[in-house]
Amino acid sequence: MTIAIRGRSTNESRRTFLKTGGALVVSFAIVDAGAVAPPTAAKTVAADQVDGFLAIDARGHVTVFSGKVDLGTGVETAMAQIAADELSVPLDRVSVIQGDTALTPDQGVTFGSLSIQNGGMQIRQAAATARDALVSQVAAGQGVAKETLSVKDGVVMPKSGGKGWTYAELVGGRDFQLKLDPKAPLKDPKDYAIVGKSIARFDIPEKVTGRFTYMQDFKLKGMIHARVIRPRAMKATLLAWNDFVARKIPGYIGCIRKGNFLAALGRSEWAAIKASRTVETTWSEWRGLPDKAKLWDYIRAVKVNKDEELQKVGDSAEGMKAPNAKLVSASYDFAIHTHGSIGPSCAVAEYKDEKLTIWTASQATHLLRKQVANMLGMKPEDVRCVYIEGSGCYGRNGHEDAAADAALLARETGLPVRVQWMREDEHGWDPKGPPTLYDYRGAVGGNGTVHAWESQAFLPDRPKDIAVTLLPAELAGLPRDEAHPGNIQGSLAIPYVFANVKATAHWLAETPFRPSWIRTPGRMQNTFANESFVDELAAAAGIDPLEFRLRNLNDPRGVELLQRLAKLAGWSPRGAAGRQSGDVLRGRGLSYVKYELVRTYVGVVADVEVDPKTGQVAVRKFYVAHDCGQIINPDGLRNQIEGNVVQTTSRTLLEDLQFDRSTVTSVDWKTYPILKFPDVPEVAIELIDRPTEKPWGAGEPTAAVVPSAIANAIFDATGVRLRSVPFTPGKVQASLEKT
Amino acid sequence: MKVSFNLNGKPASIATDDPEMPLLYALRDDLGMHGPRFGCGLGQCGACTVHVDGKAVRSCSMPVSAVAGKRIVTLEGLGTPAKPHPLQQAFIDEQAVQCGYCINGMIMQAAAFLQTTRNPTEAQIRAALAENLCRCGTHLRIVRAVKRASEKMA
Repeated sequence: MTIAIRGRSTNESRRTFLKTGGALVVSFAIVDAGAVAPPTAAKTVAADQVDGFLAIDARGHVTVFSGKVDLGTGVETAMAQIAADELSVPLDRVSVIQGDTALTPDQGVTFGSLSIQNGGMQIRQAAATARDALVSQVAAGQGVAKETLSVKDGVVMPKSGGKGWTYAELVGGRDFQLKLDPKAPLKDPKDYAIVGKSIARFDIPEKVTGRFTYMQDFKLKGMIHARVIRPRAMKATLLAWNDFVARKIPGYIGCIRKGNFLAALGRSEWAAIKASRTVETTWSEWRGLPDKAKLWDYIRAVKVNKDEELQKVGDSAEGMKAPNAKLVSASYDFAIHTHGSIGPSCAVAEYKDEKLTIWTASQATHLLRKQVANMLGMKPEDVRCVYIEGSGCYGRNGHEDAAADAALLARETGLPVRVQWMREDEHGWDPKGPPTLYDYRGAVGGNGTVHAWESQAFLPDRPKDIAVTLLPAELAGLPRDEAHPGNIQGSLAIPYVFANVKATAHWLAETPFRPSWIRTPGRMQNTFANESFVDELAAAAGIDPLEFRLRNLNDPRGVELLQRLAKLAGWSPRGAAGRQSGDVLRGRGLSYVKYELVRTYVGVVADVEVDPKTGQVAVRKFYVAHDCGQIINPDGLRNQIEGNVVQTTSRTLLEDLQFDRSTVTSVDWKTYPILKFPDVPEVAIELIDRPTEKPWGAGEPTAAVVPSAIANAIFDATGVRLRSVPFTPGKVQASLEKT
Repeated sequence: MKVSFNLNGKPASIATDDPEMPLLYALRDDLGMHGPRFGCGLGQCGACTVHVDGKAVRSCSMPVSAVAGKRIVTLEGLGTPAKPHPLQQAFIDEQAVQCGYCINGMIMQAAAFLQTTRNPTEAQIRAALAENLCRCGTHLRIVRAVKRASEKMA
């Protein structure tokens, strides 16, 4: 059951803060239409200053400034919970402003399951510093010891009772002027009253009644609309274009062309769409994409920039020679995926007095600001990026590119421009989760002892910076950053205590599409291969997969998690019964991860049914045991875990980006199907709360174990290994026929 | 041309030079609605769903001229934060939202469905929402919310 905080509204929070200010003069208001004023007073965004993260106004209302943004995950509410509890103020007196480069500190990109773990903890520490300072201020003023004072509902008062001093009186409307103290004492976890509770999310009432302002709803006065006309082939050159037909469309303004970047502008959205469809273009031929049918041959042939050893224990080559050991080898591959946000990317930009403001749903406003400034030859301080929540974002999708489209067009036209990507833009042109390939070798004894483990991953290389090229910079031939798909080598190293281990990344010089981080980047693919191969070794040794893992773990937290998972799922040893026959083959598979070996523990059991005639796989149920340390909001956490399971089941069973030699041909939901309601598995969850531990991330880890659990369940049902994601009926049938 | 219809219980009209313009753009751009959302423009995802004379339709694929004289209800017309429709309340109670971009379609589709199917089973709810896509993976909560609302409305 969730707990509702009455009388609050996400849009209202921002408006209220901006009207009343903390110590800040009104900057702009989110309105559907209206004048936008540039910032008139500088608020610090320094991450080592309390004022960077917190403001308390004259009424005692607290505003939290979060560089991490809510991508539909509920972190807005969670951040408010963390700050309210640490400050000892009621939750309805806290609101959160997110991802505004003029107002919020740069806390890094909202990725990697780090919003609570890193971003939230910075905010907690700022709140602890503020609280400690306010208590000290009263203690000094009254000539009493700090220890004689306590804080309740934003009032500092003597523990013995009597008159108190409100935060509003102490600092209301003024800056703290205080360095964030990394050692400021945190509350004792047992005193948390808001953290750990299933507080109802602030944004949901507005979202379910059509009152929420998404990025796609944001309007500026005098705003025009643009649609970008994409090349026929991804790297084709624009040879000629004309808009003779478009000129007859009422409301059509014209086209802007910069190199291979071409956009149609309209006074109305529909005029821009119609015009973009009637502009005639001639593009050069380009057939530079690899042959999809031979994608993995292509990957094997790509130049390796360098090899990197990610884990090394003992001598794996020697271990392979262990007497009486079974040698097992297998290769795995994982398809190219698109983010598939339900709402295509959208942004609004305004260029005025040599300053650029971009309203964007970007997960990375601070990074975007640098990238756009670089693209346009501007100073970063002349660019402001303001976050407005858009459609769900699971990594860097098209939001940044749409923002750059809008920025370029705003500067070219001098008018506020809204760019809304169409469905085919989002599917066709968002940066992709890159294809990954793995080779494994192992030696296992009959008693389950693993004598050697070797994994080799073929991953796209990581140039110097964490950035993905901005699409309009590429098309228009403007300065651009180098691409980077994120820390995709994580979780290739394994949590098991094997005598000889070698995990190697082969960093590839190229990959077919702009690479991006899509939920659990690399870690999902690496864990798929790892946990599939663990299952193969267990089967080779004839040992139950749960038992096999437990024997090779020496981490009590991991062991406890697996034991609780086994109980939740009613696990019984596998492999004992003979192979099934009949119309429906049922199986269950297990998978486990300690995320990147340093944080969240997740174990899952998947129950599947395979139709041997059609090769159709139905995932019926997932059991999840989850330990991310201190839980901030249990219901929010469950929501994330369910989402991880369902989304990744879709990726595992169905998703495989299609393309020809020139361009992406998965351009809508028919050509890139995702899981629909009738096929969604049930999810049973056991949360392991550890209130005295650090809180770790939960946006990604569960997704890491989903593909391998399904693969292992299919093996349990059929005796066949599925080593290539997605497990489409065609692939399943082909594998069944081979045996 | 001018197209007039009833929007959320009140008369509304828009002027357009193109009778083929999808209803979605009239609602969002001319009439300021935030409920119906642009998702695909192809009738494949359901994010743009509204009620036309009580039936759930994809406003991205319906020409605005086709709704002249008809009764249109959007998510805003179903209820308000202060006075939510039972389905909206159920979505709040079940916290059946992640990003929420698809939720307009889920609620509008379910509202039309519950008009004709009083006490649906879970399988019936799943079938009724089969052509509404959600990417965050909120499906289980959405099904629970529709079930909860159906019980309240029964």
